[in-house]
Amino acid sequence: MMRDFDNKIRLASKLVAQGRVSRRDFMQLALAGGLTVAAANTMFVRAARAEPKKGGTFKIGIGHGATTDTLDPATWTNGFQFCMSIGVFGAQLTHIDQKTAVQPHLAESFEPADGAAKWVFKLRKGATFHNGKDVTADDVVETYNYHRGENSKSAVKSALDIVGDVKADGKETVIFTLKSGSADFPYITSDYHLPIYQAKDGGGIEWEKGISAGPFVLGDYQPGVKATAKRNPNYFVEGKPYFDDVEMLSIIDVTARTNALNTGEIHYMDRVDLKTIDLLKQNPGVDITNLTGFGHYVAPMDVRAAPFDNVDVRTALKYAINRKELVDKVLLGYGTPGNDNPIAPSIKYAINPEPVHQYDPEKAKFHLKKAGLETLKVDFSTSDAAFSGAVDAGLLMQAQAKAAGIDINVIREPDDSYWDNVWMKKPWCMSYWGGRPTCDWMFTTAYAGGAAWNDTFWNNARFNELLSAARAETDDAKRAAMYAEMQQILHDDGGIIVLMFNNYVSGHSKQLAHGDLNSNFDYDGGYIFERWWFA
Amino acid sequence: MHPIVRTVLQRLGLGLLTLFIVSIVIFSALEMLPGGFAEAILGQSATPETVAAFNKEIGLDRPAIVRYVEWIGGILQGDFGTSYAGAGGNIKRHVSDLIAPRLYNTFFLAIMAAVIAVPLALTLGVLAALYRNSLFDRIVNSVTLTTIALPEFFVAYVLMFFFAIKLRWFYSLSTVSESTTFLEHISRAALPAITLTLVIIAHMMRMTRAAIINLLASPYIEMAQLKGIPRRRVIVHHALPNAWAPIVTVVAFNLAYLVVGVVVVEVVFVYPGIGQMMVDAVSSRDMPVVQACALIFAATYILLNLSADIISIITNPRLLHPR
Repeated sequence: MMRDFDNKIRLASKLVAQGRVSRRDFMQLALAGGLTVAAANTMFVRAARAEPKKGGTFKIGIGHGATTDTLDPATWTNGFQFCMSIGVFGAQLTHIDQKTAVQPHLAESFEPADGAAKWVFKLRKGATFHNGKDVTADDVVETYNYHRGENSKSAVKSALDIVGDVKADGKETVIFTLKSGSADFPYITSDYHLPIYQAKDGGGIEWEKGISAGPFVLGDYQPGVKATAKRNPNYFVEGKPYFDDVEMLSIIDVTARTNALNTGEIHYMDRVDLKTIDLLKQNPGVDITNLTGFGHYVAPMDVRAAPFDNVDVRTALKYAINRKELVDKVLLGYGTPGNDNPIAPSIKYAINPEPVHQYDPEKAKFHLKKAGLETLKVDFSTSDAAFSGAVDAGLLMQAQAKAAGIDINVIREPDDSYWDNVWMKKPWCMSYWGGRPTCDWMFTTAYAGGAAWNDTFWNNARFNELLSAARAETDDAKRAAMYAEMQQILHDDGGIIVLMFNNYVSGHSKQLAHGDLNSNFDYDGGYIFERWWFA
Repeated sequence: MHPIVRTVLQRLGLGLLTLFIVSIVIFSALEMLPGGFAEAILGQSATPETVAAFNKEIGLDRPAIVRYVEWIGGILQGDFGTSYAGAGGNIKRHVSDLIAPRLYNTFFLAIMAAVIAVPLALTLGVLAALYRNSLFDRIVNSVTLTTIALPEFFVAYVLMFFFAIKLRWFYSLSTVSESTTFLEHISRAALPAITLTLVIIAHMMRMTRAAIINLLASPYIEMAQLKGIPRRRVIVHHALPNAWAPIVTVVAFNLAYLVVGVVVVEVVFVYPGIGQMMVDAVSSRDMPVVQACALIFAATYILLNLSADIISIITNPRLLHPR
């Protein structure tokens, strides 16, 4: 019995070191085995590699960034900008924590009123911008208006559609009045497009110099090349960040990134080349983090177009694809097969709908017959612009579907302007979602009838009705039931084939230490700059 | 008018015409490409509303011809315009400010590679001609042809593997900035320069060798040999001066390549040159930046070819002193 416990603790300690077990889980296990709280805590801290300490220049190699990037938050779309905003100079009202729950950040607290149709955010006292000015409610109002104004070109404009009005109540209180109740609204305020900037006289915000209230003060920024930043001595979170300086390099070429990590020119690289990951693991100074995120690869079918307007054809295709094989061959095992539910298992209210859609040519044939077809020939547009490996995945799907009498004609589309000319234009294509931290946000973005990015053009009355109802529902059990039903409807009837969830696989130097990891995005959810330290 | 002056003036005039045509071709090509700047920047998150707002902000809602005339009007007054990127803010990004540091980096790398490659190629070419069909000739030929036949990124990875990872002589990343010192810039740019050297050396070496060998069959060389002049002197003093014209043309061609064609090397070594900037600008349809890069590239070709012609004339007395 005791031996068993020792083994478990040892395993747990190892997982803690990798950031895969939280303090709470570890403590529960340790306490169950008879350790005292203090002893368990000491053990956890030791396993998590000691107390954080300050100092050092953290260099990160990021496989994103272009010379046309700007500091304009409305235009951000890539991982480099994401990191700068979430982790380096930006400060959002809220943060996402390691359990994917929303936590106050620049806002000290947020409270719903009127059935979650009104949200009152109180700002932290004493929070200042990098130039020393106080962060006020007016700054928040202008920041949000910049993204949701009529002439906004912002990528979050549609996510903020729900906001009817934002207004300041004194210097430290901001009141968001929503068009309808939304219990998950605070999640949206954690978005990387929404760091708070200074209001300009006469409206608008000053984004040009990257002055926000985040943990680091932006220094030299050369778009598509690099960015440097210094610790913000007046950061409103006590004791953080730990690094003195941050240097972000945009290294698009994965081999160059790997070499830079191997030669010690950078401490962290994102998107490890899975084909050569075993070689990287042989480097004794390098650790790998491997987390299932919210990001998923999908093959949306336009449900208005024949033959996808027939639910049995859709179901046949869902059964005709061997997702396990796609994970093994395209992601080399670093992923999880999808089950036509775009909600990642780590998100609150996620379910795994039955029957699980896995490879079953017989069932596919059965549904095809039900649709009145013996065989089926469909065009399928794909390109590596959707995700790396999308063309290979298309060819695998073609081979798999043959057994079900389905002939998938794989069309390789040009990478350039794929999102303009193929996605949401061709009836069936490959696509990618970075995922959203809540059911409501994901569904509203891509599955609500008439949504701008509803790439399946699916419009299900019951689903839409539940979406509005669940949004305003504050009773947890009722919400859980509604979201479960919605996931089931989407799984059974929707036009989306969720092929797989990809893992975020990154490499970092063992000089770095960290606590629990966020799973919402790579780079510890973007908080790596604030949370990690040199051991 | 002296023939050199006439050639220079004629070529410069034609060059300006070429630049004008290039600008029209590039502009129309960008117009014909599907998607615009707003769609390219916003990517998957573009909606018709946001794209329209974006286009309005950068003036892309106006007809193409108006935009072109405005742009060329600016160029004639020495104003390259501002990049579409960041157009909404107070701080405009002037194309000249964007390009200047990158152009410096590109020329730095090109000159560095040329300083290594050109003398090396000429020397090897002369030696290969001198000892033609010997073991030396064969080794030089096969080695240089091998390095030109391999893709640039492969040569780069191999060099990186040995010199940056195993031996640790050089950096694997060539990131440089304005604060980089001259010496550090040289050591940072060493591996890219060696890669480029390996890529261009064969062409120049082979041309030197071929041009000289070609001349060795001519009667005046035979005469020189019959006089008993040593082979080395025959080649360097008698054959080489007459071989300059074809060699210089090839050298100019390769130097132009060093300026305009090194984007792969830039990406692999993360060197902030102008090639990467042009690729990014094309994929995001940032017209002012693409146009400026295209004009610089075209001007580079024109000027290098012009210098090659002038050198050919100077080294050929018959052209230099026409009757």
